[in-house]
Amino acid sequence: MSGMWENVLLALNGLRANKMRALLTMLGIIIGIGSVIGIMCVGGAVTGSVTDSMSSLGVNNVTVVVQQRMSEIDNMMTMEVPGEGDLITTEMLDAMRAEVEGVDNYSVSETTGSGKAKDGRKYANVSVTGTSEAYLDANNIELLTGRYLNEKDLQGRKYVAVVSDFLVSKMFPGMSEKEVLGEEVKVSLNDDIVNFTIVGVYKNVDSPYAMMMSSASENDKRTALYIPVTTSQRITGSEGGYQSVTVTTDIGKDSVAIADDIQKFLNRYYENNTHFQVYAVSMESMVSQMTSMLDTVSIAISVIAGISLLVGGIGVMNIMLVSVTERTREIGTRKALGAPNRAIRVQFVVEAMIICLIGGVIGIILGTVLGYTASNFLGFPSFPSVGSIALAVGFSMAIGLFFGYYPANKAANLDPIEALRYE
Amino acid sequence: MHDIIKRFYIGTPNELQILNGITLDVRKGEFLSIVGASGSGKSTLMNIIGALDRPTEGVYELDGVRVDQAKDEQLSQIRNKKIGFVFQTFNLIPRTSALKNVELPMLYANVPPSQRTRRAKELLDMVEMGDRISHMPSELSGGQKQRVAIARAMANDPAILLADEPTGALDSKTGRLVMDLFHTLNKEQGKTIVLITHNYKLATETDRIITISDGRIVPNGEGSVD
Repeated sequence: MSGMWENVLLALNGLRANKMRALLTMLGIIIGIGSVIGIMCVGGAVTGSVTDSMSSLGVNNVTVVVQQRMSEIDNMMTMEVPGEGDLITTEMLDAMRAEVEGVDNYSVSETTGSGKAKDGRKYANVSVTGTSEAYLDANNIELLTGRYLNEKDLQGRKYVAVVSDFLVSKMFPGMSEKEVLGEEVKVSLNDDIVNFTIVGVYKNVDSPYAMMMSSASENDKRTALYIPVTTSQRITGSEGGYQSVTVTTDIGKDSVAIADDIQKFLNRYYENNTHFQVYAVSMESMVSQMTSMLDTVSIAISVIAGISLLVGGIGVMNIMLVSVTERTREIGTRKALGAPNRAIRVQFVVEAMIICLIGGVIGIILGTVLGYTASNFLGFPSFPSVGSIALAVGFSMAIGLFFGYYPANKAANLDPIEALRYE
Repeated sequence: MHDIIKRFYIGTPNELQILNGITLDVRKGEFLSIVGASGSGKSTLMNIIGALDRPTEGVYELDGVRVDQAKDEQLSQIRNKKIGFVFQTFNLIPRTSALKNVELPMLYANVPPSQRTRRAKELLDMVEMGDRISHMPSELSGGQKQRVAIARAMANDPAILLADEPTGALDSKTGRLVMDLFHTLNKEQGKTIVLITHNYKLATETDRIITISDGRIVPNGEGSVD
């Protein structure tokens, strides 16, 4: 069609003459397309950060927890805390490590408490965590210098600690990480002051969630201080066992199947326990569960964005109908000058498509900016893919075509005599 | 074909019979005026001459084409190529330059862009608007607008120029200029012009006057009644 370019120019001309109206008309499309693009960015970032932080915990991990039996929960409607006799003991775990195939090691941990390392005016917030030897590998902690807690520390219930490089910089300014090995750190914990000897320093990694959740400033942030779990038990007075254990499996084996085996093995100890049983979930299945959940959320939000696009499209249709009415005389003139119905129809469809296209492009820019900012905040800056941009452009033009057709057709079918007489 | 022949045998069997059978021949190169009071059927006749509407009955042949049998699409082609409209209210396309307005009928006739622009410039020169080609209608006076509209009507070199009260919205001085332009087009280019007006004085300038009353041609001069 030779006049296509003329139609585009004409449409742009019309929009320029009615800037405010054009903008308001586009708003629905801008919001719709912008939110789809923004969600794509943020969704990508959230999926990325969740998968990343979960796999940083090790995809070959299996989490074992003691929980109320499902039937119990149904009946009682209340949650019970497992008592001393219901917990997983070291004996059970050692037996499991020896007998279940594919189990590499197990790592136990318990929260000792939150506290503050103090030395004169220097301080650093810490969360003291009792761990076993395998905790280092199970949680992908990067050791900078020294060693991690070992079997001897655990058996001897020693007061040793592995601290973060952040704590070192706060408590021992000017000293290198190597130099602090062997130094003592005083921690006020549950109204007690406990001394720990530093045996290792790990690299602190801020988790995106901790950053979002805590309002603490960089200076006051809390880092983990790892001590032998046995020492922790002595401090807290809990001796019985563990409610939660992380089991590392051999790399390359099917961790989902191993999780099943672990659960079956450990539940032999719980056959006579009417309230509690052991559940073992592999990180792999948790990651895939999480990912599919996030996908569902994305789809749900996209549906909402789709509705706003629909509303936007109806807005475009409405304004096109107004435009057709306003320009009835012009349409009549064009017809008198010999414009076939087809030419009038194309002119108005092009105009609707241009409105939607411009709205779509603004929406893409806005969505990208917002999405990038939000995803950057989550620690995973991401841009929409070229495919999704192309899709958004195509989709907004399709909206223009769909919602512009009816008004355009109305314009095309106007009776020229009536149209010329229209005041 | 040398003569353009138009015939109307119109009877509208609806409740309102506007045109009660009109027979009219317009010869090529003629400057004809149709006068009549409002409600006389003058506008309906003009719509039929202008191929905006088809007669209910009767035969209308324009430049060898049977307009009364044309389909909608053919009607728009006839309007495009054979008829040049000049309206009382100019009806220039707003926010569109004088040049683009004159180009418009050629755009619908699929004339190539370069040829379109050249012809439009020639036409604007002819109506002495050559120095205002990029002006918007809102920047032109009434007389200037009407001259652009006449240039536009001439774009596809139509068989007839159909002018509906072309001076109705102009003061007498600019109206005179527009009428002079019609006379020039008629004499120098041999353009067939049909002028529709209720101003009898204006009509007397033309070669022939057809008076319409109650949907019939009043027998005075060359108009005839069925």
